[in-house]
Amino acid sequence: MARKKRKVPAMNATSSADIAFMLLIFFLITTSMDTDMGLARRLPPPVPKDQKDKSDDINKRNLLVVLVNSNNEILCNGELIDIKQLKEKAKEFIDNPANDPHMPEKKEIDVPLFGKQMVTTQHVISLQNNRDTQYQAYIDVQNALVAAYNELRNEISMEKFGQKFSELTEEQQEAVMKIYPQHISEAEPKNYGGNK
Amino acid sequence: MGKFSKAGGREMPELNTSSLPDLVFAFLFFIMMVTSMREVTLKVQFQLPQATELQKLEKKSLVTFIYVGKPTAELREKMGSESRLQLNDQIADVDAIGNYIAQEKSSMDEADAQLMTVSIKADRDTHMGIISDVKQALRDAYALKISYSARKGE
Repeated sequence: MARKKRKVPAMNATSSADIAFMLLIFFLITTSMDTDMGLARRLPPPVPKDQKDKSDDINKRNLLVVLVNSNNEILCNGELIDIKQLKEKAKEFIDNPANDPHMPEKKEIDVPLFGKQMVTTQHVISLQNNRDTQYQAYIDVQNALVAAYNELRNEISMEKFGQKFSELTEEQQEAVMKIYPQHISEAEPKNYGGNK
Repeated sequence: MGKFSKAGGREMPELNTSSLPDLVFAFLFFIMMVTSMREVTLKVQFQLPQATELQKLEKKSLVTFIYVGKPTAELREKMGSESRLQLNDQIADVDAIGNYIAQEKSSMDEADAQLMTVSIKADRDTHMGIISDVKQALRDAYALKISYSARKGE
């Protein structure tokens, strides 16, 4: 045998593409690429049983009570309003541009990058709901409140840095968050005539 | 100029497809990575509420889900059509949340347990009563980071 040994014939790999395609299609179908989206919230830590509810201690001017009742109506500090009005109302409350004595107290604090700023540090938006409130209505209100904060933050970011809040660096975001701190309190529902 | 005339008509070379499986496999692995197969079979039906100011949940492995909704049609006879909540694979009561959270937490690293987020996937027509109970239970279980799952749109 003068000739070299014959090469091993290559494996026929034509069908491996088909096999891979089949697997691919299987995963494409079973996959759920939906990135879960939601409104992120932080709950307050549990209150010890013997401790009194502290919500009474907040000065009235610093408190915006948003109540969603069982008919999905929104009462904002006792006043019946529409969901569309809520955002503006919340913005006005958080910002208090006119330094209204009925609106939250402003305090001068030192914010990095901004210098001295008047901030409504004490404000609290208390979100209350009834046991019969519809979930969608509740989410709508949550959404409007978050939107109010986001808009305020965006406005000041545009003014100061010329960019949206989400595009700022971490340091800048922190400064903006200091000016508009988010204080949404989700109280336990009041039982208006409920039995639980 | 016989050089240019193709006497036999040269054949078009066949496209080399030997790397095609590799390409497909690479794509396959990508899909397998990003995929998250639904681990639980849903026993409740829900249609998420809509909102606009949504944030993405960062790490999937740190997210625990609580589903709230009406039992599916097959279970409705047994369970009734009241809104129920589902933890893992079964329909449970609010009292079970404490255990469930503790169990989920213990399966994570200690550092990660701090970052655990509970995503509440509730039907848009649920009454807030059950959601409030869930929230209260989560507070007591020290699972304070929550997310109200919603769809984009308005």
